[in-house]
Amino acid sequence: MEKSTDITKRGLAQMLKGGVIMDVVTAEHAKIAEDAGAVAVMALERVPADIRAQGGVARMSDPALIKTIMDEVTIPVMAKVRIGHFVEAQILESIGVDYIDESEVLTPADDKHHINKNLFKIPFVCGAQDLGEALRRIAEGASMIRTKGEAGTGNVVEAVIHMRKIMDEIRKLNNMDKTELMAEAKNLGAPYNLIVEIAETGKLPVVNFAAGGIATPADAALMMQLGAEGVFVGSGIFKSENPQKMAQAIVEAVTNCDNPDVLAKISEGLGRAMYGIELSVIEEKDRLSVRGW
Amino acid sequence: MKMRIGVLALQGSFAEHMESLHAAGAKPVPVKYPEQLDGIDALIIPGGESTTIRKLLNRYNVGIKIIDLANKGLPVYGTCAGMIALAKHIEYPEYAILGLMDITVQRNAFGRQLESFEENLDIPLLGKKSFRAVFIRAPLIKDTGKKVDVIARLKDGRIVAAEQDNLMVSSFHPELTGDLRMHQYFLTKVKNT
Repeated sequence: MEKSTDITKRGLAQMLKGGVIMDVVTAEHAKIAEDAGAVAVMALERVPADIRAQGGVARMSDPALIKTIMDEVTIPVMAKVRIGHFVEAQILESIGVDYIDESEVLTPADDKHHINKNLFKIPFVCGAQDLGEALRRIAEGASMIRTKGEAGTGNVVEAVIHMRKIMDEIRKLNNMDKTELMAEAKNLGAPYNLIVEIAETGKLPVVNFAAGGIATPADAALMMQLGAEGVFVGSGIFKSENPQKMAQAIVEAVTNCDNPDVLAKISEGLGRAMYGIELSVIEEKDRLSVRGW
Repeated sequence: MKMRIGVLALQGSFAEHMESLHAAGAKPVPVKYPEQLDGIDALIIPGGESTTIRKLLNRYNVGIKIIDLANKGLPVYGTCAGMIALAKHIEYPEYAILGLMDITVQRNAFGRQLESFEENLDIPLLGKKSFRAVFIRAPLIKDTGKKVDVIARLKDGRIVAAEQDNLMVSSFHPELTGDLRMHQYFLTKVKNT
């Protein structure tokens, strides 16, 4: 019997495909998310919109809070650690969460290095803005990738940019002459063996979700049609007027992402979505998506 | 004529099942809505999150139609969450989803993700070569009714795959390994029905 193999780590993400992973800050939220049909929850102390508003250093959540959420629901529970903070990851592995998000939403603990995720038994998901970043994280041991988007803004544009870029770079590799792959590996800052693999298969070796700024069922369906295999919704649910309805509608939007008739029906009467932020008013230094190396 | 095998495509590892079916020589058909169940020779319910799949099955009347067709003899194979969907009895929470097969299933029977594992199983129906089985937060069959035949057990005897007339289930994910023998066995079953 072998545990924590690449197949079991990447496999859990494959089981989450076509689903919605929701940020929750209490056990009560977690229950609402599960009842709405979430495939997993992300346990944290503050949703990204509040982290953005309140500022300060954002760290791993209290293990006691994470444990109450693990006890409340039967679906997988994920939790976040700071970029490079391998001790926070050791702690989360010790309490036995199902997945760790090494996340730019928290304040980075290392300005050069991400966690060596290959050393861990627990699988990791990491954010990426482009293919090079995704492949660096996979080489470090990430078993799942998500776009970074711009978390806590309710503005989907950055997630769209990242997803389009990743898909475009994959398509480009897929059509490239084999001789050109080394130069492209150098250009993208990505390991050559993964570049060769993607040139052959035309897809990432791990599941790729959309995250960062998704606030409505239409946003979720947009990301799915652009090639996401599922979505993370952070502030979008519990910062909306009617979280229960919004959560359920986003779950259904992902499954029915290519069916406008159904999307029209489920988008009706949801109440106010979260208040959004236009990205041009966010200064470069306040952007979360630039964190990661 | 290739057999048309529906794959429930509401959530989970449906793309992987479709690839396996294609490689095994069948024509996979994604199923989200009731009318897509018309004209298929069999159905696979993939792995995923059973609570999510349950919600979505109830939503657009796909579930009711699957129950009806399975009762009329449509072969259905459920893997992992699909097995939970087919079971008549579930230990916790105590609800049945489609409630078709006379088995009692325990969800997350091995524990959380850190307890997910791979194991070589000897499955007599598939020949001498062992089958690499992948268990991810997997369920177990705790009890079987009289009409249920066991297909596979762990070394300690616990039941991880079974069949009953036109229905078949496994705790593990044959769609993740590229070994097509579970799919081939199901297709033989479909041919003989």
